Amino acid sequence: MRIGIFICHCGSNIAGTVDCARVAEISTGFPDVVYATDPVYTCAEPGQAAIEAAIHDHRLDGVVVASCSPRMHEPTFRRTVERAGLNRYLFEMANIREHVSWIGKDRDANTNKAAELVKMAVAKLRNNRPLLAKSFEVNKKVLIVGGGVAGIQAALDCADGGVPVILLERESTIGGKMAKLDKTFPTVDCSACILGPKMVDVAQHPNITLYAYSELEDISGYIGNFTVKIRKRATYVNWEKCTGCGACSEKCPSKKTPDTFNELTGVTTAINIPFPQAIPKKAVISAEHCRQLTKGKCGVCAKICPTGAVVYDMQDDVVTEEVGCIIAATGYDLMDWTVYREYGGGQYPDVITSLQYERLLSTSGPTGGHIRRPSDGLEPKHIVFIQCVGSRDKSVGRPYCSGFCCMYTAKQAVLTKDHLPFSQSYVFYMDIRAPGKLYDEFTRRAVEEYGVEYIRGRVSAVYPDGEGAYVVMGVDTLLGRSVEIKADIVVLAVGIEASRGAAALAEKLRISYDNYGFFMESHVKLKPVETNTAGVFLAGVCQGAKDIPASVAQGSATAAKVLALFARDRLENDPQTAQVDTRRCVGCGKCIRCCPFGALKETTIRGEIKADVIETVCQGCGLCTTTCPQGAVQLSHATDNQILAEVNALCRC
Amino acid sequence: MTYAYYPGCSAKGSSTDYEKSTQAVCDFLGLTLVEMPDWNCCGSTPAHAVDTELSAALCARNLDIAARQGAEMLLTPCPSCLSNLKHAANRLEKPEFRARVDALLDNPAAGNFPAVTSVMQGIAAHCDVNDIAKHIRKNLKGLKLAAYYGCLMSRPAELMDFGDPENPSLMENLLAACGAEMLDFPLKTACCGASYGIPERAVTARLSGRILKLAACMQADAVAVACPLCQMNLDLRQPQAAKAADAFFNMPVLYFTQIMGLAFGLSPAALGLEKLRVSADSLLRKLEAEGGKS
Repeated sequence: MRIGIFICHCGSNIAGTVDCARVAEISTGFPDVVYATDPVYTCAEPGQAAIEAAIHDHRLDGVVVASCSPRMHEPTFRRTVERAGLNRYLFEMANIREHVSWIGKDRDANTNKAAELVKMAVAKLRNNRPLLAKSFEVNKKVLIVGGGVAGIQAALDCADGGVPVILLERESTIGGKMAKLDKTFPTVDCSACILGPKMVDVAQHPNITLYAYSELEDISGYIGNFTVKIRKRATYVNWEKCTGCGACSEKCPSKKTPDTFNELTGVTTAINIPFPQAIPKKAVISAEHCRQLTKGKCGVCAKICPTGAVVYDMQDDVVTEEVGCIIAATGYDLMDWTVYREYGGGQYPDVITSLQYERLLSTSGPTGGHIRRPSDGLEPKHIVFIQCVGSRDKSVGRPYCSGFCCMYTAKQAVLTKDHLPFSQSYVFYMDIRAPGKLYDEFTRRAVEEYGVEYIRGRVSAVYPDGEGAYVVMGVDTLLGRSVEIKADIVVLAVGIEASRGAAALAEKLRISYDNYGFFMESHVKLKPVETNTAGVFLAGVCQGAKDIPASVAQGSATAAKVLALFARDRLENDPQTAQVDTRRCVGCGKCIRCCPFGALKETTIRGEIKADVIETVCQGCGLCTTTCPQGAVQLSHATDNQILAEVNALCRC
Repeated sequence: MTYAYYPGCSAKGSSTDYEKSTQAVCDFLGLTLVEMPDWNCCGSTPAHAVDTELSAALCARNLDIAARQGAEMLLTPCPSCLSNLKHAANRLEKPEFRARVDALLDNPAAGNFPAVTSVMQGIAAHCDVNDIAKHIRKNLKGLKLAAYYGCLMSRPAELMDFGDPENPSLMENLLAACGAEMLDFPLKTACCGASYGIPERAVTARLSGRILKLAACMQADAVAVACPLCQMNLDLRQPQAAKAADAFFNMPVLYFTQIMGLAFGLSPAALGLEKLRVSADSLLRKLEAEGGKS
């Protein structure tokens, strides 16, 4: 073998504490090394050109670059050697930046360690074999999990691009949290009026199949070829017959059903359509509250339904769909704010969440858009908004900022003044975070034009004053004094957490999630909508707090990713997969059971049971190689021999 | 269980009614309180505010007396004494601190101190809620009470052992066992103004006024307290508090022991009710009327 070595200076990042020229000089003494140099920036265009030239000039058939972490630039250099005619797996990288220069200051020790890492890379490279990718067909269909604004945007963009879309929604209507909002900042336009048409487009688009009231049951396969099982929960109404006329809910006698669409600010009927603009506009029976389903007596809705759509003995149905990629857009839920005992912990009827207040403001809400106190139905005069309830608060395990609360609180205060001109609103805040376009101008308007009184400080307690109002005790940290405000209604800007069930979904999708259940993007800056599982993308708040514009942008971004992926008819796999040595395999099946991807299967060779790898499914994690008692399963490009060669290079001086 | 009893200086001065009712109730329940011989002041706020070592030395002497007395548990009715004794015992667990405190004493303190707890917790440990219910001679049914712990009783949480420091419930449990209707009183651990009654009267008047006003709005028949200073601020300074709250109050403020005593059928004189500035007569009349009904 003829190996070339490139010891990168990375400007001064590496050269600052490593003698790169010396490492190159030492490298020439390693076996099979015929060329060594130390470029200043290897990844730059001239640096790559130099590698190509060296391959030609010195007839190299293997290259080692000692530079940064392979995470960023291994693909870069693999393409470089490929351009010069080498197989991309006849390349090795030694990380002398993160593992050496950035962590140690001793120049001699660093130089020595860098040389040893290069020595290991050379030993590995001498055992490398050319690997070739296999190609496979792509199923050009996308599954979108979650029908909030991010999922809707992704669905419409994919569908417009000619991709068949399956849109999955857990509730009986799409629209998500945005459908519950009255108006939206910073333009104060009606949420239903801007979201509604998009929801109708979803219903009418020929490329979109909508599964509402359904959940993702199971998922298998890999990028290009996922198989998903969808559980269509029993609605007890045949949606093909239901016309959405609403006669059933008018006559339903079970009128005390908690109204989850209205955030429990009102009651609804056991059979109901959540709101007038619901998509699909179909009735659903709440099994827990339906008299027929709980007591076996009633049947009013079945009698009244003009199309005979009510089916009391409906069961869940599981359907299977094949898709090529998946977009997760599962959004968020409010954190359990009742841990704030000092704000009443959910005991005071007029201490409500901002989402509940939004329903009070909304014309389609329980009060018809009139702000009235839940306790006695009176118009409030003094309204206190408390921000950061469950955001930026380590004491309740929520250290992160929920992002949009500052803005919607300002919006709600502005709307309150519009609804009730003689009211006075107060906002307790920590910092006002209004970095978006027209955002700061909006919060200034709330203060300057709408007379909202902003008080910088936290609230220590809220308690009923015994005369029907509430006392809000807090601190004004700008004036350095405690404040007490009598409030008729207290609105808590409750922080967000990942949607319920997010972690379980992440496990099914085989993507990572953080401590709070938010899904992990592939790179926080450069790959914000990708995940580390190929073919799974993220849109909206499921990845982290963001407002409507950002969620919509991410929805479109994922659609662009899907369209780019589907622009190709075939995809290539990563050939760093497991391989079974059938002579050694005893057919015990341990590898099949341990594989998290279902990439191993049983096969029969000359009457004997053996394991077999489905190369397009294998993700190269290596679990099977460590499980196999015979050492029969080897991971290409990380075989036992390759790893031992590295260890020997280091230990046998 | 053998108890040592540390009355604290308020018991001998401003709150003799607390002392009298505590003795009467504990005696009634068979909890023998033996007053420690030759006890000294716990140091109160001035001592620990100036020097924790001096404050601990005062408490160490008391803890030492209780230990030599062979007591397993040291009881005190006053939250301030409780706080000082508990803090001192806690700090004295550090050998370095203890050595410095011992140097201040004529004789080094005994090895192991008895556990320190409040009379309220002592009663609850001695006989549970069901036992108390058995002792009732005059059910307090119909009495609406606001339990007020003050700021000190439940804080700091890890030392005082009262459960949720913002929302303790022991006093409610004891008085509810006597038949009283206990209000969910939101200001139960708010500050009454404490010793600011002397240097900054307006502060105490405002803070006490807020507590009394809420109790009045919630239609409490009385406020039940466990701290001599809270009682003084809410009872003796009630006119000042009323002025600050722009209201008029006639709110009896009783020690929880006095209320328990009433339920046990002890006489008002035995409970020192005559010491209250705001007369408890309205309470007694209501109790009589309710008793007549049942």
